[in-house]
Amino acid sequence: MKHKVATTVNGRQHEHEVEPRLLLVHYLRDNLGLTGTHIGCDTSQCGACTILVDGKAVKSCTMFAVQAEGRSLVTIEGMAKGGELHPIQQAFWDEHGLQCGYCTPGFIMAAAYLLEQNPNPTEDEIRKGLEGNLCRCTGYVNIVKAVQSAAKTMSATPAKKATVTAGGN
Amino acid sequence: MIPAAFEYARASSVEEASKLLKKFGEDAKVLAGGHSLIPLMRLRLAQPAALIDINGIKELDHIKEDGQKLRVGALTRHVTIHNSAVVKAKLPLLAEIASEVGDNQVRNMGTMGGVIAHADAAGDYPTLALMLDADIVTNQRTIPARDFFKDLFTTALGPDEVVTEVVFPVANGPHKYVKFRRRLFDWAIVGVAAQKMNGGWRIGLTNVGPTPVRANAVEEALQKGAKAEEAAQHASDGLDPAGDLRASPEYKKHLARVLTKRAINQAEGHQ
Ligand SMILES: Cc1cc2nc3c(=O)[nH]c(=O)nc-3n(C[C@H](O)[C@H](O)[C@H](O)COP(=O)(O)OP(=O)(O)OC[C@H]3O[C@@H](n4cnc5c(N)ncnc54)[C@H](O)[C@@H]3O)c2cc1C
Ligand code: FES
Ligand code: FES
Repeated sequence: MKHKVATTVNGRQHEHEVEPRLLLVHYLRDNLGLTGTHIGCDTSQCGACTILVDGKAVKSCTMFAVQAEGRSLVTIEGMAKGGELHPIQQAFWDEHGLQCGYCTPGFIMAAAYLLEQNPNPTEDEIRKGLEGNLCRCTGYVNIVKAVQSAAKTMSATPAKKATVTAGGN
Repeated sequence: MIPAAFEYARASSVEEASKLLKKFGEDAKVLAGGHSLIPLMRLRLAQPAALIDINGIKELDHIKEDGQKLRVGALTRHVTIHNSAVVKAKLPLLAEIASEVGDNQVRNMGTMGGVIAHADAAGDYPTLALMLDADIVTNQRTIPARDFFKDLFTTALGPDEVVTEVVFPVANGPHKYVKFRRRLFDWAIVGVAAQKMNGGWRIGLTNVGPTPVRANAVEEALQKGAKAEEAAQHASDGLDPAGDLRASPEYKKHLARVLTKRAINQAEGHQ
């Protein structure tokens, strides 16, 4: 039996009838066309599918779409505002925090949650905070640098931070 | 992979969850944090006929101090346990363990009750529950942890039984959980918990058998005045761990001894 799911994604409201077995990540990609959220594994380990659900980093492959009923979600598509990259996106660009880029949306969303919890993390705290995300290319060094650089920019301009959890354009 | 089809229902109370479990029969399962169940369903290793979502039952999400007890609701997330001032004050070992379950994303979803009910041999809370003589409270009865974990992924729970709380004793003396693994977010290859309470030690082992293990022989040796190093030699007494991809039975027994020594020494503030 199908169930109704009404969500707010990046500030826009959506409503669909879905099968309970539909994973949230498939809902985002296939029903909403938001293909920025990636799928990198079948075992809930890689973090490529990370999004924010009511401000919390969640692996969207390990949640059913029906569980998102009434929730507010932010995906990688909700990060840039008015054509301007979010400071975390800009920092990944500037610090070369990616190579193939497959893991990047997940890292950026996990980093957004991390910086929301801890605006000035140490290197160890960044590594621990991103332990749920795997990258097969970079060796992580530049990812850590990117998060450090984003932390600096964001604490200098606190307004940028507020937009992360609110979503919306 | 895409999970097999199932019926889905939300429960707004424990009674309703239990009724729904009865209605859908033996192949129905509770859905809590989903972080053990959904991975299994994606691999089609689990194909429940129905999922009863208990995430809307707010009263299952609580941490309460109750005299010399700490009551942790089944739906309390790992992140909440880890950040709780009450847990840090009353049972800091639990807060420490919670901070090492999975990763941030897992800790935002996974629950106390889910780990206990799932009874994975590498689950971290079952070790603590067993060694501290915690009680598992369900909608039907109270089950002492020592009677709860029956075998690999097998507990004393009946088909329409819902875990509501886990009740730990207060213990805030020296403590340490040493979790040995290859990557930060991995499950334990072997884990050892040490807690000093009521003048003695409690020692628990993770992933050295189908269920958690209490290292009675180590506790007794310490009671008789043995040093950590000597007592820890008994950590592998009676163990018959299964080998897996990451460790042979011999290696797990070796780890049990070495990590027991480390856990006791680190609990006491030595290296
Ligand atoms: C990448 C990754 C790493 C992980 N690492 C660890 C780790 O290091 N240590 C560790 O302990 N765990 C680890 N986990 C597992 C995680 O802690 C799970 O959250 C937990 O095992 C299950 O809890 P849940 O709330 O997600 O339960 P679910 O997945 O929803 O349920 C698990 C089982 O328990 C049953 N159940 C759940 N709640 C109840 C209840 N209240 N009453 C009766 N039955 C119930 C369900 O029906 C199901 O059979 C990891 C998971 C992932 C994805
Ligand atoms: S796709 Fe790998 S954790 Fe979700
Ligand atoms: S940049 Fe290729 S996986 Fe991370």
